[in-house]
Amino acid sequence: MLDRQTEPGLPPAPGVGYKPQHFTALMQDPGPVRWLEIHAENYMGEGGRPIAQLRHLAERFPISVHGVGLSIGGEGPLDRDHLDRLRRLCDWLQPASFSEHLAWSTHDAEFLNDLLPLPYTEETLARVCAHVDEVQTRLGRKMLLENPSVYLDFAESNLGEIEFLSEIASRTGCGLLLDVNNVHVSCTNRQTDARDYIDRFPIDLVGEIHLGGHDEDVDDAGAPLLIDSHAHPVVDPVWQLYERTISRAGPLATLIEWDNDVPDWPVLADEAERAARILDRVTA
Amino acid sequence: MRQADFRAALLDPSRPHPPGLTDPQGRPAGRRFNVYRNNVTVSLVEALKTAFPVLRKLVGEEFFAAMALEHVRAHPPRSPLLMLYGTDMPDFLARFPPVSHLPYLPDIARLELALRESYHAADATPVAPDRLAAIPPQDLANIRLRLAPALRLVRSDWPIHAIWVANMKEAPPPRTVTAQDILILRPEFDPEPHLLPQGAAPFIAALAEGKTIGTALDAAGDFDLNATFALLVSGGAIIDIATETSA
Repeated sequence: MLDRQTEPGLPPAPGVGYKPQHFTALMQDPGPVRWLEIHAENYMGEGGRPIAQLRHLAERFPISVHGVGLSIGGEGPLDRDHLDRLRRLCDWLQPASFSEHLAWSTHDAEFLNDLLPLPYTEETLARVCAHVDEVQTRLGRKMLLENPSVYLDFAESNLGEIEFLSEIASRTGCGLLLDVNNVHVSCTNRQTDARDYIDRFPIDLVGEIHLGGHDEDVDDAGAPLLIDSHAHPVVDPVWQLYERTISRAGPLATLIEWDNDVPDWPVLADEAERAARILDRVTA
Repeated sequence: MRQADFRAALLDPSRPHPPGLTDPQGRPAGRRFNVYRNNVTVSLVEALKTAFPVLRKLVGEEFFAAMALEHVRAHPPRSPLLMLYGTDMPDFLARFPPVSHLPYLPDIARLELALRESYHAADATPVAPDRLAAIPPQDLANIRLRLAPALRLVRSDWPIHAIWVANMKEAPPPRTVTAQDILILRPEFDPEPHLLPQGAAPFIAALAEGKTIGTALDAAGDFDLNATFALLVSGGAIIDIATETSA
């Protein structure tokens, strides 16, 4: 097992999604947290408190910039203005990592603020690869692409998700972000085996892990329908999948994502501590 | 699947789901598609709730949520920068019959938008007060002032400052209907709306356009120049001073 530094530079340790209400706690005692992730779009203003806080944090922690608005899976061209904003942010912040999603969110200049699904076909594969190429060229850095949470299937899909992601990485040189909660959510919703997904995932390409919470619902037939919400603690089946992942991969930068109904700092720090224990146990 | 069909069905619940979306057994996606519908509209309504706290208080949470949903469907964001989502809200309110009896709402929306713009505006260092004091009185008319990027001017025929204060600081509501102009200043990180002396708004607007103090004074009628200047200085709003000859 390789004890590698994850590409392109996040420490193989726990991180958390940064929320402004945790600023003071993080600066005083970050506990097990060694790095932070921000949503790029929240730091694209010209100045003010968000940028000032980010400058302070970046002096102390490696930062991962995670985009939620680039619409890499969109049918239309990428938004050049948005790509320029992203480049400006990466240029001054010099983050340790940049990642985005296998999803679309913009259509005809309308931004729909959700990670919308796409079918997996040769046509969509070529389009996503062109967009990833454009992002990496414009930013002058390698990016990580994240596996989505999906709720439905496309009749026209004729490639598997792992095959699709692997081929993107192979054609563009990008890395992958493996969201283990998304694996649990998608595999439950598609009624497939999440352990098999983890075992088949191209683990050497993974630069970062995401862990988060989800909501539970049912579909019209009464089958479980899990919804990615980042509003709860990580559930036990996801921790087990995470341990399985780390056992295969060795230590990897691992993010606790909690974006809605954000808890007080000690609750989030406990989740990071649990990830730290698994990282220690598996690598001991 | 065309994303145009997907998008249309997301924002219009009366439309059928796009074809070719299924559950694992190949049956129509049904509630599974509605997850996306719900994510889009709920998250965008949340963004508007965050953006317009005073509007929410004025019309009530339940009414605001229903109105915001109509706004989201009529005016989805045109940019991934949700921090500035809602620029269509003043016009939307002006044309939304259920609030036609509250004619000051569009101006309150403009004030809340301006506060958010100010919050995210570029930082700037104010000039030292002694630089202002050192200007010979006879030169003042020919001076141009560069104002802070976070400064915003909001003019209204309604008592918007009193309405804002009553809702954000739990002061009593205004008793009279008077026109009020607001100057938003952000000395450090928190934008603060200040009531402008009556008649000062044209002066500020002219300064912001880069006019000399003399020209700006000509653009305004009678107003309290000392109080207005004191406000600009105390709010750190003057970030550079240029004389006419350099223009």
